[in-house]
Amino acid sequence: MADGDDIRKMAHPLEIPRLACGAMADLEPFRAKPEHQEPLGFPGELVENWKEKALEKMADIASKNRAFQVYLETCVKCGACTDKCHYFLGTGDPKNMPVARQDLLRSVYQRYFTFAGKYFPKLVGARDLTEDVLNEWYSYYHQCSECRRCSVFCPYGIDTAEITMAARDIMAHIGIGQKYSNEIIGKVHKIGNNLGLNPKALRATLEDLEEDIEDETGISVRIPVDEKGADILLITPSADFFAEPHIDGLLGYAKVFHEAGVSWTVSSYASEAANFGLFIGSYEQMRDISIRIRDAAKDLGVKRIIFGECGHAWRVGYSFLNTLAGPFDFLDQNYPVPQHILDFTWQEMQKGTLNIDKSRNDHIRLTYHDSCNVARASRITDEPGSQFEIPRNVIKAVCNNFFDMDRETTHESTLCCGGGGGLLTDDLMELRRKGASPRMTAVQQVTEDHGVTHMAAICAICKTQFSKIMPEFGYEMDSILSVHQLVSNAIILTGQEIDDEAGEGE
Amino acid sequence: MDYDVNGTTIAADEEGYITNLSEWSKELADVIAVNEKIDMNEEHWEVVNFLRDYYEEYQIAPAVRVLIKSVKKTMGKEKGNNKYMYELFPYGPAKQACKIAGLPKPTGCV
Repeated sequence: MADGDDIRKMAHPLEIPRLACGAMADLEPFRAKPEHQEPLGFPGELVENWKEKALEKMADIASKNRAFQVYLETCVKCGACTDKCHYFLGTGDPKNMPVARQDLLRSVYQRYFTFAGKYFPKLVGARDLTEDVLNEWYSYYHQCSECRRCSVFCPYGIDTAEITMAARDIMAHIGIGQKYSNEIIGKVHKIGNNLGLNPKALRATLEDLEEDIEDETGISVRIPVDEKGADILLITPSADFFAEPHIDGLLGYAKVFHEAGVSWTVSSYASEAANFGLFIGSYEQMRDISIRIRDAAKDLGVKRIIFGECGHAWRVGYSFLNTLAGPFDFLDQNYPVPQHILDFTWQEMQKGTLNIDKSRNDHIRLTYHDSCNVARASRITDEPGSQFEIPRNVIKAVCNNFFDMDRETTHESTLCCGGGGGLLTDDLMELRRKGASPRMTAVQQVTEDHGVTHMAAICAICKTQFSKIMPEFGYEMDSILSVHQLVSNAIILTGQEIDDEAGEGE
Repeated sequence: MDYDVNGTTIAADEEGYITNLSEWSKELADVIAVNEKIDMNEEHWEVVNFLRDYYEEYQIAPAVRVLIKSVKKTMGKEKGNNKYMYELFPYGPAKQACKIAGLPKPTGCV
């Protein structure tokens, strides 16, 4: 890389960098092998007539997805988006300006599907689809986390994420997939979750966690698996069964359900909320993954579905679930389908069913990272703004010291963690580091101004990304928290005896 | 990215995870560890052995928390914590220790 692997020091989170042309041109994630491609119905390797096939797929997407066509044809190059991408801010590579990244595909679209591009390509900057162009697509369309921050500022509402998704979809169809995402999707089809956690291992892990809660609180709190007839099916990212601090969030959900007195279960068949079908822009994959949730809900005979803390899962759940896998008329229509765990917890708090001791989080000075797919692609309830307010309401109910970051980097203007959209992979670590620097600069500001020590998030990707990245910015690895981890710390379970030493509540 | 163990080539993927799990041996673990700049001591082996036993039973690596709980039992409280695990395996016990133990890389949002 031209400018090495250094993290840019930024005076403020949105400081525009000096341009570094081509700085990220050589970066690309590992390509999927035939064994990752074929189970998803994609060709194992680059097909011979790839150019025809790619253009065919592009035409197909344009015909089915009117938004895609409008996005490609409407951009007036006003420049409003140029400095809105965290990857541009972190890398300085002008091809990471959203408009420039879009143009990598737009220029090809123009060449083959517009009058001006067909007859006067040079005049409109239209380009032939060549192998170099394809490689450039693969590189830069994996430097977009589909976070949609740029689209907030676009006067036409052009959604870069849609173009990135289309580009990835086109590439997968000619045999160029991304290893990370496609290997994961294959595991969901085969085993039921991104991790490849089989039912036996899932059960053993959850039993272990039940033991942990009992050791900590003296109270037996269940985390049921495949329990037929339970009222609620919890669909949560499999990272909640495996990684830190995700697991602490899961313990929080379990405690809330326990205190609310509801019956619930996870499913070993649909043991994943994440839906990487969204990331690779594949409607078919997104649907097949979603249908597992429907099938599990039917099999178990539940009345409600609740989603755990997961950003893009919630986008798919909130915005597309009914279209992809509905109708859900067999569920209790008195509750949202699906419901967000934060909505559930916030309602219980308002009902007064939870006994909360906020001081048990007094060792934490907290800020909150709005996860992009929750902030910009959904709400939490039907209420506008609920996606911003409910997480903050819950946080403030369990934590005395809360400080928001620079308003230009929160709510709908939130900055991506740097690992979203299928980029949370070790082979993109340099990009993840650089892309996180705007967000981390905002965190450092609240640390300076308010002594902030920790940050909470409601997305499995954000949590993993920050636990890797925060240490590089001088924070402890466990400075990133699940929101329900804070809830878990602060809840006093019915019958739980409190000793004063427990103030550090793990 | 393959490994050489006493003249025998062991195939691995781009990130150094071996592709045929049955080809693992203690000698190979040492070779992978050198590659990872880890000087294997008894505690590293304790973790690697636990991971392999767990994998044999469950066909997947354990959650870090489960690993730590076991370490706590065998090595004591001061070593049974996340921080110490990262001292042993700076790139993370889940990924780096799995690589040395010859297990597949944990995938997903982890």
